[in-house]
Parts: sequence; structure tokens; C-alpha cells
Amino acid sequence: MAYLTAKDLTLGYENRVVVQNLNFSVNPGDYLCIVGENGSGKTTLVKTLLKLQEPMGGSVELGDGLARNEIGYLPQQTIVQRDFPASVREIVLSGCQGRAGFRPFYSREEKKLAEENMARMGITNLANRCYRELSGGQQQRVLLARALCATRKVLLLDEPVAGLDPKVTMEMYDLIRALNKEGITILMISHDIAAAVHYATHILHIGSKIFFGTTEEYLASDIGRLFAGHSEKCLEKGGEAHA
Amino acid sequence: MLETLKFYMNFPFVRYALIVGVLIALCSSLLGVTLVLKRFSFIGDGLSHVAFGAMAIASVVNLTNKMYLVLPVTIVCAILLLKTGQNAKIKGDAAIAMISVGALAFGYLLMNLFPTSSNISGDVCSTLFGSTSILTLTIRDVWLCVVLSIAVLVIYVLFYNKIFAVTFDEDFARSAGTRADRYNLLIAVVIAVIIVLAMNLVGSLLISALVIFPALSAMRLFHSFLKVTICSAVLSVICSLLGILISILWGTPVGSTIVAVDVVAFAICWVIGALAGKRG
Ligand SMILES: Nc1ncnc2c1ncn2[C@@H]1O[C@H](COP(=O)(O)OP(=O)(O)O)[C@@H](O)[C@H]1O
Ligand SMILES: [Mg+2]
Repeated sequence: MAYLTAKDLTLGYENRVVVQNLNFSVNPGDYLCIVGENGSGKTTLVKTLLKLQEPMGGSVELGDGLARNEIGYLPQQTIVQRDFPASVREIVLSGCQGRAGFRPFYSREEKKLAEENMARMGITNLANRCYRELSGGQQQRVLLARALCATRKVLLLDEPVAGLDPKVTMEMYDLIRALNKEGITILMISHDIAAAVHYATHILHIGSKIFFGTTEEYLASDIGRLFAGHSEKCLEKGGEAHA
Repeated sequence: MLETLKFYMNFPFVRYALIVGVLIALCSSLLGVTLVLKRFSFIGDGLSHVAFGAMAIASVVNLTNKMYLVLPVTIVCAILLLKTGQNAKIKGDAAIAMISVGALAFGYLLMNLFPTSSNISGDVCSTLFGSTSILTLTIRDVWLCVVLSIAVLVIYVLFYNKIFAVTFDEDFARSAGTRADRYNLLIAVVIAVIIVLAMNLVGSLLISALVIFPALSAMRLFHSFLKVTICSAVLSVICSLLGILISILWGTPVGSTIVAVDVVAFAICWVIGALAGKRG
């Protein structure tokens, strides 16, 4: 059974529809990339999946023993976070808040989990540093470690590589792939279609045309040929420039 | 100077003022960080004006304990302001400006129409700037203040981790199953309580300063939430104590003296922070 199933999902704000009739499902172990232009409704979809906002129509069903607070979320960065006085350890530990429930303080196991996930992301040496003084790539690792404290099953990543330089972007992609290999299901938003078709098992393309299927199906489809073909050419050009 | 201080300490009202001052300073500094970072600071400002209006009504109807009116009114307004702030249709800022300026005008109007003493401008001034009220506390005022302060402290400690989570990243908190709306409500109610308490100390116009300056100062020096919180609490208590002592010794108005000390402390922290930043 699928972890997440979207049926005839319609997304939007108040009376404005952003995306209509989305149908897709995510199975354990999948690596789904959600692609589409800026403003096409990717973040809106993610927020609806997390029930941060209600869908205008249709439904999102959870299955296979997945609870909604067992989805680890890496939000698109907001401005408030940037000047917030918080150490890396405090932020990663806050990923355990769902586990802690109404308990006011974190248990020893939760603190250990936070340490483990910092080690997993290679940020143990940054534990006492201030979040806002870290580089973009380090910050994303912190948020990823926090998301990992919230889940063993599914990660939902909203543009995890936005604003990172090419080398750090590659490291981030490798890190995410390694997590997927460990058995964590990945849903990742990206507008980097070349990377999406390179790493993902499934593609959800939203915009004026909607596509959902495996990466092979996407590359064979009209919309996939149009978008992926174009960005692959860009990637090749980039590769030549590097060489 | 020590002799003079010892002499003043013999008076119960001086001891009361010191106890109440320390407690209020402690409470008001705790939520400062959250207020600043959540862009809630304007709510604090709006609420202090509401508290002023409620205080005016309480004086006019001649309540023996004004707190019984001021506290509920301020709490209700805190909740209303929070709700309209979340509503995209009515601009939160406009609603706050309307409520706060309206309350200020009505309060002043009421105080003039139904004067309770011959010295109206003196009354208004002391409600706005808290000039002497802290030195006229009765033992009952002190107890009420002690109880409310302890309640605020206990709530803050128990919900510290949740307040951090909701302040740092509300979307993530909600995705992890934390009921962010309830915690926002809790924060709003606690802010209302703190504002009403602080009104005794510095008057309604200067409350925001009492809440925000220690947090801003601490943020110059420290970079973890826990350290900033502790530092701003310590700073706030020290500044209030200094402010009260200075005002007793030299007869300056209590509220503005405390705020002036807070401002000086901020300037010092800013310089230290800038120097440390250059070195590091
Ligand atoms: N809070 C909001 N209220 C109203 N409209 C919004 C809100 N957030 C986003 N939108 C609109 O919804 C559309 C999709 O936005 P979003 O999901 O953020 O796009 P993406 O993440 O794909 O770039 C945009 O046209 C945006 O203007
Ligand atoms: Mg987005």
C-alpha cells in the first residue's frame, strides 16, 4: 500500500485555484521529484500534504502505517530564521517535538537521536555554533538533521538546494540519495529538472500540463522531452565548460 | 549613599517596589525574544494602549482593584489582535493601530469627562509613564504581582521547548503535530498578563521598551536561544534594580529611569557585540 495517495487534489488560496486534479501516489522507498516553474504551486502542494492548509477539493490519504507527524519536513527558507539566535543543537533537537508530544522536556533518547542525526549529516563539530552564521549548505544540513529527528520514513524537502553553489548542491544531492538508499522515502521539490531525472524514481510535473509517472515514462512523454531535453542540453554545456 | 539606601530600605513600600520590580523585569524579558522575532512587538505596543484605556475606565467607575478589569480586557484584546493578525483580509497592522489609538483616545477622554481627582494631567501622566505608582503598592498588589509572575515563569519553563519551536519555525512545528495556534494563543495571553503587570512598573507607554530592550541587548552578545533568554532575564533584572535604586536616591521617575538604564545597557552590549564580531 502507498504511504501517500492524492486523489483529484485541487489546491489554491481562498477562491483562486492554483493546481487542479492532481492524482499521484508515493510508495515506500520511492524518490519522487516534484518539478514545475516558480509559482506553479509546488510549495502549496507540500503544505497541503502536511495539512498545513486544507485542499480546495479532493483528498490526501495516508497509508501503510504512516502518521502525518512522521513526515520530516524541510521548509523553503523564510526570512525570520535568518536572524534567529539559535544554536545548531537547539534546532536539531526541536525536530523531536513531535515525539515528545505534551512532555515539556526532551528525553535522553531524544537528545541522543539529535546527536546521531548531527553525526549523520556531518555537522557534529558545528553543534554549538549559531545557525545564522553558517553557510547556506551547512544550514540546509542542519534543517535536514532536524527533519530526520522527526521521521524514519518520509522526508519532504522544499527546494533543498536553492541558493547553494554547484559543489555544495552536488553534495546535498548525494546526501539525499544516500538517505533514500537507507530506505527513507523522499519527496523533493526542485526546479532543476536535469537533477530530478538523474536522481528520482518518479516525477510529478505541475504547471499548465500535469504529469505523474516514473522517470523513464517522463523522459518518453511529450512534456518530459520538452523540459528534460532542454535542460539536459544545458547540463551538457555546463559539463563541457567545467572540463 | 549606602547610608541613605539603608535608611530607605526600612520603608516597606521601598521593599515592595524592589520585589515587584525584579519580578516584573524577569517576566517581561522572557518573551522579548519571541516578540521581536515573531514580529509581535507591535502587538505589545498596541496592548499597552488598550491597558491604558481599561485603566481609565477602571478609575472612572472607581474599582478598588483595577486589575480585575484591566487584566481580562487586555487578554481579550491580545487574542483578538492575534486573530486579526493571522487574517489576510484585514491588515493586522491597521487593526492594531485602530484599537490602540482608539483605546488611548477614549481613555484620555474618560479621564477628562469624569475626573476622579483634581489633578487630571497628573493621573494621565502616571498611567502613561508609571511615575509613582510603584511606590504606592499595597501588600495586596504585591501578592497579586507575585502570583501572576510565578504563573508566567512556570508556564514559560514548562513550554520553553514548544515556544522555541513555534517561534523558530511555525510550519515545521505544525508539520510535527505541534498545535502552533494554541501556543500562539498562550503566548498572546502571557504577553497580556506581562503588560498589565509591567504597567505598574513603567507605565503603559514604556512597556515595549521593558520587554524588547533586554532581548535585543542579549541578542548582540549570545547566539543560542537558551543563552539569549537567560542573559536577557539577568540584564533586565539588573537594569530594573539599578533604575529603581537610582530613582529612589535621586528622585527621578521610576519608569523612565529603568528604561534609560535599559537603553544604556543596550548601547554597551551593542559595542561589545561589534568588537567581538570584528575579532571573531
Ligand atoms: N499565502 C498565499 N496566499 C495567496 N496566494 C498564495 C499564497 N502563497 C502562494 N500563493 C500563490 O500560489 C501560487 C503558487 O505558489 P507556490 O506554491 O509558492 O509556488 P512554487 O513553490 O511552485 O514556486 C503563486 O501564484 C502564489 O502567488
Ligand atoms: Mg516554493
